[in-house]
Amino acid sequence: MNDIIVKTVARILIPFIQLYGIFIMLHGHVSPGGGFAGGAMIGTSFVLYTLVFGIDKSKKKFSERVSEYAESGGILLYIALGLIGIIMAGSFLTNIDAGFPKGTPGSMFSGGMIPLLMIGIGIKVASTFITLFHTLIEEEEA
Amino acid sequence: MMMKRVLTLVLFLSLFGLLAHNVMEMPGKFTVDAPAYNDTTQHYLDNAPSETGAINVVGAILADYRAFDTLGETIVLFTSIVAVASILKVTDKKTREESHDE
Repeated sequence: MNDIIVKTVARILIPFIQLYGIFIMLHGHVSPGGGFAGGAMIGTSFVLYTLVFGIDKSKKKFSERVSEYAESGGILLYIALGLIGIIMAGSFLTNIDAGFPKGTPGSMFSGGMIPLLMIGIGIKVASTFITLFHTLIEEEEA
Repeated sequence: MMMKRVLTLVLFLSLFGLLAHNVMEMPGKFTVDAPAYNDTTQHYLDNAPSETGAINVVGAILADYRAFDTLGETIVLFTSIVAVASILKVTDKKTREESHDE
């Protein structure tokens, strides 16, 4: 797409979409939202980038190597947090009993491992969005 | 042949009878003794902030009480992306050129 209006608007808009996605992701334990919603926002911002600036430029921002690490990294972060529960409290994915700090309910740093799990889910969902879109776009061009 | 067909019919009818009997025994959707209306719901609403430190009860259930279920959802996403990539992605250049020649 070679339209200067679309390019300019997308260039201004994309950082705000991604910032809002990160906000939703990190506040999953305080307000409605969470990893799935926030990850979907970040993923769709990259989809917008691909639609406006083309697959080659998008590949430079989010290459296949990055997507490999993000795909497995999100899920490994989740499982690693679960294993901390096994070591500290004896059962998989234990939260407060495993020694995660509870914090003040309602503040940003509260909920033990819940924000960390949300980050893992968010990375996973975002990279799934982007990788699926890139794979399908590539298939069309090949 | 006839015997086999009758036997199949009897088997399926008895299975259907068993299932129908079980469905009739189930509690209705809006009765008090329905299994969905146990005290778990009330426990979550009352104790989620004090037990997990998260004031968003949905988030607390998603990532604390039912975290294992969420792990399963994440694995479903992972499996889907692996399946799509294995079908659509032709990483080998030789294979790609061959498929173009056809």
